[in-house]
Amino acid sequence: MALTNETIKDRLTAKFGDQLTHFEEPYGLLTFEAPSELNLKVMQFLFDDEELRFQFLTDLTAVHYPNQPGRELAVVYHLHNLTDNIRLRFKVFTSSAQPDIFTATQLYSSANWMERETYDFFGIHFVGHPNLKRILNVDEMEYFPLRKEFPLEDQTRIDKDDAMFGRGPLPAAANKGAVETPMAADQPTFPAHGTPGVEGSKQDWPTNTTKL
Amino acid sequence: MARPVRFNIHPIEADSKDNISLANMPEGYTGEGFFATKLSSVVGLARKNSLWPLPFATSCCGIEFMAVMASHYDLARFGAERLAFSPRQCDLLMVMGTIAKKMGPILKQVYLQMAEPRWVIAVGACASSGGIFDTYSVLQGIDQVIPVDVYVPGCPPRPEAILDGFMKIQELVGQESVRRRGSEQYKALLNSYGIQ
Amino acid sequence: MSTEQHIKLPEGSIEKTTTTLNLGPTHPATHGVFQNILELDGERIVSAEQTVGYIHRAFEKLAERRPLYQITTLTDRLNYCSSPINNMGWHMTCEKLLGVKTPKRVDYLRIIIMELARISDHLICNSVVGVDSGAFTGFLYVMQYRELIYEIYEEVCGSRLTTNMGRIGGFERDFTNTAFEKLEKFMAEYPAVLKEFESLFTRNRIFMDRTIGAGPISPERALNYGFTGPNLRAAGVDYDVRAHQPYSSYEDFEFDIPVGSTGDCYDRFLVREGEMWQSLRIIEQAYKKVQEFKGAEATVFHADVPAYYLPEKKDVYTKMEALIWHFKIIMGETEIPPGEVYHAVEGGNGELGFYLISDGGRTPYRLHFRRPCFIYYQAYSEMTKGAMLSDAVIVMSSLNLIAGEMDA
Repeated sequence: MALTNETIKDRLTAKFGDQLTHFEEPYGLLTFEAPSELNLKVMQFLFDDEELRFQFLTDLTAVHYPNQPGRELAVVYHLHNLTDNIRLRFKVFTSSAQPDIFTATQLYSSANWMERETYDFFGIHFVGHPNLKRILNVDEMEYFPLRKEFPLEDQTRIDKDDAMFGRGPLPAAANKGAVETPMAADQPTFPAHGTPGVEGSKQDWPTNTTKL
Repeated sequence: MARPVRFNIHPIEADSKDNISLANMPEGYTGEGFFATKLSSVVGLARKNSLWPLPFATSCCGIEFMAVMASHYDLARFGAERLAFSPRQCDLLMVMGTIAKKMGPILKQVYLQMAEPRWVIAVGACASSGGIFDTYSVLQGIDQVIPVDVYVPGCPPRPEAILDGFMKIQELVGQESVRRRGSEQYKALLNSYGIQ
Repeated sequence: MSTEQHIKLPEGSIEKTTTTLNLGPTHPATHGVFQNILELDGERIVSAEQTVGYIHRAFEKLAERRPLYQITTLTDRLNYCSSPINNMGWHMTCEKLLGVKTPKRVDYLRIIIMELARISDHLICNSVVGVDSGAFTGFLYVMQYRELIYEIYEEVCGSRLTTNMGRIGGFERDFTNTAFEKLEKFMAEYPAVLKEFESLFTRNRIFMDRTIGAGPISPERALNYGFTGPNLRAAGVDYDVRAHQPYSSYEDFEFDIPVGSTGDCYDRFLVREGEMWQSLRIIEQAYKKVQEFKGAEATVFHADVPAYYLPEKKDVYTKMEALIWHFKIIMGETEIPPGEVYHAVEGGNGELGFYLISDGGRTPYRLHFRRPCFIYYQAYSEMTKGAMLSDAVIVMSSLNLIAGEMDA
């Protein structure tokens, strides 16, 4: 008998009862929600059961919902049964005050880096992870960038040269001794054409293509 | 090669009589058995036709650079025959691709290891200014960390554009004064980047 | 010899019997930026620790600010050796979310482009394995044929590498006759080239000695590490998203799935070679099917999705609905239906998945890319345990690690 979403749902509810909630099938993919302490038990059950055999972890990621107090961070697991060709998704919710989730690295080695990435982006602490440190960002970063409270373009960053967009004077570091004023303002004063030895004067930058 | 590779659909016969160009002599005063010119012209001529690049390829522009290195666009005919990956042996640092903030110190270290005279070309939008990635993790242009001579825009720039940038570097190299690297302005430039 | 120590050595370094070697992140150009810190006992690798993130560009954060069709340019830069596959995978994800059904001709044209992209990706990987084992000729030779593929892309979308090809629902313009001519030229010339490339490597004694036994992995470990794509197939598991969960009418095509046995570098090389032959086969079948469309069907190149597909300019000037759609699309005011969808395509490196959560606004609420390179690079330390130093480089290049996809 082919494995269907119905069968999976029945076996899951038989084992876990009503702890698993929100069974849905968006676009044909069975999705449900589990309490955060049970994530490993659910995955272990799905792995070991002879009929279910979800033994491939496709993806592990997280989503931040700042509007749901107590349930802000959702960790989403995508599992795949390769022999019967069925996919499954389940989510666990945890609060951003104490985002502790059991790690899946004993079960799936691929979860190692995926959990590190989720920690890096969202700050979810995976209990029992062998090496939970930042993976994609610099180690010294103090915030978790993909949380919704950090907008993308931080207005206080100075590494984007606002002067090039007419939004203020050039910072001192970029001042190579040639141009003082930003381009969008009044005409910049270049050193006289052909002043020998001055960086930025036209002497250093020939305008016609020279013969090789 | 037994099979000629041509892939114009409607090929025109190439005018290949004179496809080797020799470098022109710099201006100078010729006489019986001697030729007097500026040292910087001769040195510049020699250097610009034998620039050894260090391809610092990080992402997509690196793949376009591989196309430039390959036989169709052929960087070798400009003298860049030996692409060395050791900074000690290279003249031209070609930064191709996005430089993240994690990579910035490494880029600076590679630049510091290069011996004078050295030039830097920023290939692609990401190296020039951060490109489309205005994010928390991308350096908005490598000129935040190292001085750059030529910027090649594009995402990725066509191989012809990369070659055009290379030719501009050659122009810069050919006309550089021999005293530039020891001059006060150059030292000030490096100091502004924190490089002694 | 004086008794005081002039050099300050790090803690425990005299007792340590292994050497620490830092491989990367600035490799010789062909690979991309990732780092390996190897502990060597002479020439043997005792352990390897990988560091990635040197080209982290925050695609997922960027995507939260862009309407759906602007995200296509981000997907280009994932696996940039085969960017059309990423583009079309993303468009298919959006079509799944929006409930759009693309016409067959669009599907077949997409398949042609995706298989060309797969050939171009595998060409880079295989020729770079050659370069890393010392054979530069193969690389130069096949780069010419990648130029041919680039020319086909240029005819279709205007760009060579980061193609941004197609739109949600199809293509932005029909394939011109020149595109088909170039495709025919490619199909005519390429098999001989691939055969010659194979003959350079496949039974080459030096290459075989270098790659056989280098970096093997068993199928169980590969599955546990989340391998997909040619690396998994080389280990012995025949999982291919095109065959198991077909998208874009792949079920109409006949192709084999090459599978290896030991999962070492030689098997990966052969699996990629085999896949290139199969891709050629698919392209030929797709091209024939495209030729068979007659009449009005032969000019269809996109589905009818007015909310996401720019109307023709002449309609914008004359029809009211077209004007409104044009305005809404350009200003980014079309709203996406709420929902969450996961769609996977077979990228050059394996299952490239897009997990899109939309809350009904104009941009995604969360977009996550399931990047195969990131997931299987974890296995590198296990694959190179006990191997020689030179194997470390070969294993890295045969895994086809594309830094853009790894760090995203």
